[in-house]
Amino acid sequence: MAGELSGILGHVDRISDLDLEGVEPTSHVVALENVFRADVPWTSLPPEVALASAPEPFEGAFRVPSPQAPVD
Amino acid sequence: MADLLDLTVAEAAAKIAAGEISADEYGAAWRDAAATDDLNAYLWRADGGPSSGDWTGAGESAPPGEGTETPYGAGAPAPADSGPLAGVPIAVKDIFTTEGVPTTAGSRILEGYRPPYTATAVRKLTAAGARVLGKTNMDEFAMGSSNENSAYGPVRNPWDRDRVPGGSSGGSAAVVAGGLAPAALGTDTGGSIRQPASLTGIVGLKPTYGAISRFGMIAFASSLDQCGPLTRDVADAALLLGVMEGKDPLDSTAVGLDGGVRLPTREDLSGLRFGVPKEIGEAALDPGVRAVFEATIARIEDLGGEIAEVALPHAEHGISAYYVIAPAEASSNLARYDGVRYGQRVGGDEDLVTMYEETRARGFGAEVKRRIMLGTYALSSGYYDAYYGQAQKVRTRIAGDFDAAFEQVDFVVTPTSPSVAFGLGEKTADPLAMYLNDFFTVPMSLAGIPAISIPAGLAAPEGAGDGAAGLPVGFQIAAPAFGEQKLLEAAHALEGALGFAAAAGDGVPWKQGGAADV
Repeated sequence: MAGELSGILGHVDRISDLDLEGVEPTSHVVALENVFRADVPWTSLPPEVALASAPEPFEGAFRVPSPQAPVD
Repeated sequence: MADLLDLTVAEAAAKIAAGEISADEYGAAWRDAAATDDLNAYLWRADGGPSSGDWTGAGESAPPGEGTETPYGAGAPAPADSGPLAGVPIAVKDIFTTEGVPTTAGSRILEGYRPPYTATAVRKLTAAGARVLGKTNMDEFAMGSSNENSAYGPVRNPWDRDRVPGGSSGGSAAVVAGGLAPAALGTDTGGSIRQPASLTGIVGLKPTYGAISRFGMIAFASSLDQCGPLTRDVADAALLLGVMEGKDPLDSTAVGLDGGVRLPTREDLSGLRFGVPKEIGEAALDPGVRAVFEATIARIEDLGGEIAEVALPHAEHGISAYYVIAPAEASSNLARYDGVRYGQRVGGDEDLVTMYEETRARGFGAEVKRRIMLGTYALSSGYYDAYYGQAQKVRTRIAGDFDAAFEQVDFVVTPTSPSVAFGLGEKTADPLAMYLNDFFTVPMSLAGIPAISIPAGLAAPEGAGDGAAGLPVGFQIAAPAFGEQKLLEAAHALEGALGFAAAAGDGVPWKQGGAADV
């Protein structure tokens, strides 16, 4: 995979030679105005629905292994 | 039943509304046809397996919950039995969430996932009377141009089973072309609707970015992703676009199309100017594809259209910019697959970081890993300006090229893909060669403008011997942002003059009574 990535980066590198000094970068193509909604409560996922797809739900929460590596 | 399956969506919906055919019989005929899938095009069907049922999305609310206040207010779109698509079954790419129905995005990491809500685009279809016929195979997280990156196996092209249907919406293209669905939904980030439509001889429309809500569409590259229809003809594309477009309280980037969408009726092209990028002259293009492209240009002139040369000097850098921007956005979007809230978890016994690593190592395929690494590299400090920043500036230049072109012409036209459908396995060893398939479709995605691919003719694959069967060649028409109505009118007129399905005769797979008879 390292060779493939190098090949792709070699192709991509062609844009580094373009003189784009002063060009504005585009992060979003459609001119957008901020959208506001009324500040009213909406329905939200009930906890049991939100947890239904979790690999390891536990007492209303998502259970994960300890962030700390086990100490030998 | 064959005559029911010959109807376009617009024809069938009109006959159902007029009481000339029964919605139940029409739906049953399509479920029977879908059941004959031997292209590996469906990952889930409404009538197959224990999770099935005539899925209507009944009872869904988005997001589901208690109480009556929804983001839609009182007019929440709910599944209906009447509407412009009453009784029409539609295949949906497996990237759209569907409540209670398996949704994988073609990835092992989402195997078994049943979303708690339904994508807005799908909800709008069911609210207009349509039903989900099945979920279609795709390149994993929509990353690919051949459908060979699916964790659930490649899809075969109904024109030639040893060839790819294109990607990433390969399953959606194959079911429509193969007579397994009357129409399908796909998504297009750099060509993923248009290129498979081209390689399977059907119509594929990528609308303007923001025309249709992305809510419930599993994210790949959020500034580029847009959903759209794959259909047998342009009128059906217009019909589905008209149902799906619009603002959405759940996607603030969805702005809709002012004035909606009407079914196209135009039959000539007089007074319309079509720009051919002069760069096509030197582009790497199969001779057969070039011949069909030039013949199509001649047909435009026959219909009264005017041909002009335009320049897109930065389009050649589109692939480079795209393969920085899209992986960069993907590397951020795919961070959510961590084995905690949904999907597969691998290695839960060690510490948290080990669990993340093992889940992703086993859950993601090679192309997804490749793009996550490219994206994180392009965004890393020290390389950000050289790659991501520079790519965003190229994007500005490409959009500027189109702006300049559209001051002279109404449309820009190109071949959709540089070749006809290639063989399974032919390009999998060289990711860069695969990426170059998107050469003609990526610039429109970067500019956010609408583009449609219509089937224009047949060409033998390059290197094939005399007498080799022809494969479909797509013709791409691009228009300024929010110019969908004019684009559809022109595409409809050209489609009528080209008469692709009639000219291709019995070679068209969907005329062969479903894939099983082949």
